[in-house]
Amino acid sequence: MDSAAYSQDLAAVWLTLKLATVVTILLLIVGTPMAWWLAHTRSAFKGIVGAVVALPLVLPPTVIGFYLLLTMGPNGPVGQLTQWLGLGLLPFTFPGLVIASVFYSLPFVVQPIQNAFEAIGERPLEVAATLRASPWDAFWSVAVPLARPGFLSGAILGFAHTVGEFGIVLMIGGNIPDKTRVVSVQIYDHVEALEYTQAHWLAAGMVLFSFLVLLALYTFNPARRQVL
Amino acid sequence: MSQNATIPEIRARFRVVRSDFSLDVDLTLPGRGVSALFGHSGSGKTTCLRAMAGLERASDGYFALGSTVWQDEAKGIFVPTHQRALGVVFQEASLFPHLSVRGNMEFGQTRGQIRGQMRGKNNAAASERRYALPEVADLLGIGHLLARAPSQLSGGERQRVAIARALLTSPQILLMDEPLAALDLKRKLEILPYLERLHRELSLPIVYVSHAPDEVARLADHLVLLDQGRVVASGPLNDVLSRIDLPTAFADDAGVVIEARIAAHEADDLTRLEFPGGHIYVSRHDEALGTLLRCRIHARDVSLALLPPVHSSILNCVAATVVDLAPTDTPGHVLVKLDVAGEALLARITQRSALKLDIRPGLALRAQIKSVALLA
Repeated sequence: MDSAAYSQDLAAVWLTLKLATVVTILLLIVGTPMAWWLAHTRSAFKGIVGAVVALPLVLPPTVIGFYLLLTMGPNGPVGQLTQWLGLGLLPFTFPGLVIASVFYSLPFVVQPIQNAFEAIGERPLEVAATLRASPWDAFWSVAVPLARPGFLSGAILGFAHTVGEFGIVLMIGGNIPDKTRVVSVQIYDHVEALEYTQAHWLAAGMVLFSFLVLLALYTFNPARRQVL
Repeated sequence: MSQNATIPEIRARFRVVRSDFSLDVDLTLPGRGVSALFGHSGSGKTTCLRAMAGLERASDGYFALGSTVWQDEAKGIFVPTHQRALGVVFQEASLFPHLSVRGNMEFGQTRGQIRGQMRGKNNAAASERRYALPEVADLLGIGHLLARAPSQLSGGERQRVAIARALLTSPQILLMDEPLAALDLKRKLEILPYLERLHRELSLPIVYVSHAPDEVARLADHLVLLDQGRVVASGPLNDVLSRIDLPTAFADDAGVVIEARIAAHEADDLTRLEFPGGHIYVSRHDEALGTLLRCRIHARDVSLALLPPVHSSILNCVAATVVDLAPTDTPGHVLVKLDVAGEALLARITQRSALKLDIRPGLALRAQIKSVALLA
């Protein structure tokens, strides 16, 4: 294995981890209020929002990528906004990839957190209110600690799912070393070039990584019986 | 903080209309002691309590404790739950599973203190009741449990912690929603003494929702009967219990509660209790002379005689005057309300006996009490 290709592989691994970390953090920030709203709202829009959030579960990544490409492209509304703001265009950049990944992994973070909030129910929050906790206080001191398993699942799934994405990266990011060339794309390149050995160590690495992630999920996050 | 000389009244008026249920109550409750909201399920007692706590907002509502107004929809006032100085104990203890017993107790304590200080600045006259954690833990007998997790407690212990937690917020009123209903009889009997202690030792007014006549008899000073969202009766415990015109709220449990003082422990293992209407004997009850005890006398355990019975094994016999009589839902029986030196007593006798003895208002006779249940 020559060292140049090896360092390219390492760069792809590093980029993948960076992307997944940034996306996971953003998803926790964006997904938590969405999960809270979905868990507590009685709005008629709940079904619509829930369905939109879940769309990436069923749509081919190329479809999401295609529309994001159009939206963020020079003639798309987001593209025109970013140009007007002097930020240039997002496709084929790392930030563009981050935004696309946030959409793509959204349900994997929102749904576990939403389920956790729903499982808590109203009672602990009512109790917190009778103990003089404001809604904001009750959210942090009661809802978040009680929903911890949901946050853990959401973060792990969001991270793992972002690591594993391929189609959307090709559509939005292309294949630019150090910017958008993540591990899954690198593996594809190796296979195209018949470099099976290099494809192997990356692919086997992904298998091991995914297994460890799921193992962590099932080990550290057993369905605990909680006495309320 | 100055302590108000007059006891503040609780005023509660709520109107809630839902498709399947409506609540329309207008209550004035004493600002001390235990006021029980009694009724069958669906009577609106829990909705009423939740409205008091601010957990449910009645579109037409008014709720005030003395001069503190927490809701007055006519003026657009609705203070959210977390800004009301009240404690709530739910049917399930609802302890926070992620906190220890101590953590649960401190949760409300720290927040209650901060809010108390804020309120103190705005309203110097607000009377504050402050409880310290060791004192409350001691009152409820949970001092040895502080380090435990809620999952390591029995049902009864959990409920005691929940009560302690509510008290530590320094509430001006305690709302309890069937706190014993989820417990089995054994746990119930384990907690009742603590509730009685609360009642005795704290000046805090308590609103207590229940559908269990025995809990009401033991704890309540003031009784509100609710039926289908309406107030059927509201008044001092015995005034309501001794009404014979009410729908059969207590059915077979009809009876009165009297307070009697221990007058003597006699040699043949009997204790003599004295109350304004005379004295009654009960099995030896080892408490100091002068102790005030609550006794429950069921209507079914009281029989009537025109003359002082001579050849009877029934020891307890008091002079009484018939106030009124009314049919009861037990076929062939009537409920007779008696006056025993100002205390009310109920007797349930057969229709036949009532005719034979010519029971009528004003008649002086003897009431024989077959058994007395000591409640405390």
